[in-house]
Amino acid sequence: MKLEDPDPSPEKQAIRRFILSSVALAKLDDDANLFEAGIANSLFAVQLLSFVEKTFSIEVGMDDLDIENFKSVNATAAFVQRRNGGGIV
Amino acid sequence: MTLQRIGVVGAGNIGTGVVTDVLLHGMSAVVVDVSRDHLERAQAAVLDNIRCAPLFSKALPRITRESAAERMLLTTDLRQLAECDFVVENVTEDWKIKKDLYERLDALVPAGVRFGVNTSCISITQIASVTKRPGEVIGVHFMNPVHLMPTVEVIRAFHTSDETVQALQTLLGALQKEAIVVEDLPGFVSNRISHLFMNEAAFVLQDRVASADKIDLIFKKCFGHRMGPLETADLIGLDTVMRSLDVLYESFRDSKYRCCPLLRTLVHAGHLGRKTGKGFHVYRDA
Repeated sequence: MKLEDPDPSPEKQAIRRFILSSVALAKLDDDANLFEAGIANSLFAVQLLSFVEKTFSIEVGMDDLDIENFKSVNATAAFVQRRNGGGIV
Repeated sequence: MTLQRIGVVGAGNIGTGVVTDVLLHGMSAVVVDVSRDHLERAQAAVLDNIRCAPLFSKALPRITRESAAERMLLTTDLRQLAECDFVVENVTEDWKIKKDLYERLDALVPAGVRFGVNTSCISITQIASVTKRPGEVIGVHFMNPVHLMPTVEVIRAFHTSDETVQALQTLLGALQKEAIVVEDLPGFVSNRISHLFMNEAAFVLQDRVASADKIDLIFKKCFGHRMGPLETADLIGLDTVMRSLDVLYESFRDSKYRCCPLLRTLVHAGHLGRKTGKGFHVYRDA
């Protein structure tokens, strides 16, 4: 099973840290679908959006609210990269 | 029949979900609870639900939080329900609270406005008996999270009229939900059976047959359930599960519904499940 990217970007590290601290898991595959696996409930989704907005200074708009953008560690990191080229504030 | 303005009494977890669903589907909601604090927490939860809904379902309509807020009236005054087309009640699972509320609702809300009773176990016929409109009272057991669950257990009480069943089906149709209509005895179908699972799982844990993790894994991996019985109890709230078991025990006087002592101890210790961060399991996101 593929687990963590051995050389993750700072954004991916921050996202992974946030998710692991929010759910009762010791390890998480960066491609694991948080919604299909039942890891993400509505409270978690609110917290994830808030974390992304505050940490990366991104405003998540209505058009961004697609599960494809937030379904995993990798998807969320890719969304952050697309929106502002990364950079933790 | 057109249903545009829906009254929602009790804005806890399920009530908040009902309001979310009503707003997502273009109707307006009059939300009643006992304090401004409760109402403000409910409003924040509804707006969060509405924002995140597209992440959980592509089928749900997309609306802005501003549009939702405009169609939500928050009040502590039951008289504001007078203009509603249908009222869904979701207050605490406690007969005394429900009895007092329905007596007041019946006095304040014009005849013809139907009441949907959202209860885990209490007989709908018993609730209808404290009103002068028993034909217009029906059980509506939404599942959690309300706006994401496509099916609702509907309970036809002893006096519920066909018109009331039709009115509720119209409302549920507008919410894109299917109704499964059953007859009225405490616990109905869903909770009469599910609470036996949860209670016996607590006994199995108490008797040290297996850990909480293993008990839930058996249900998930062997039976293909999405959640195990102890996780489900934690999600519902152990206090609510205990109260429902007590209602079932009192209603049937059958010892199979006696609440597991471990479950009752956890409730008394304040470990109520997800909402307090600890129940049968520990939750870090609470």
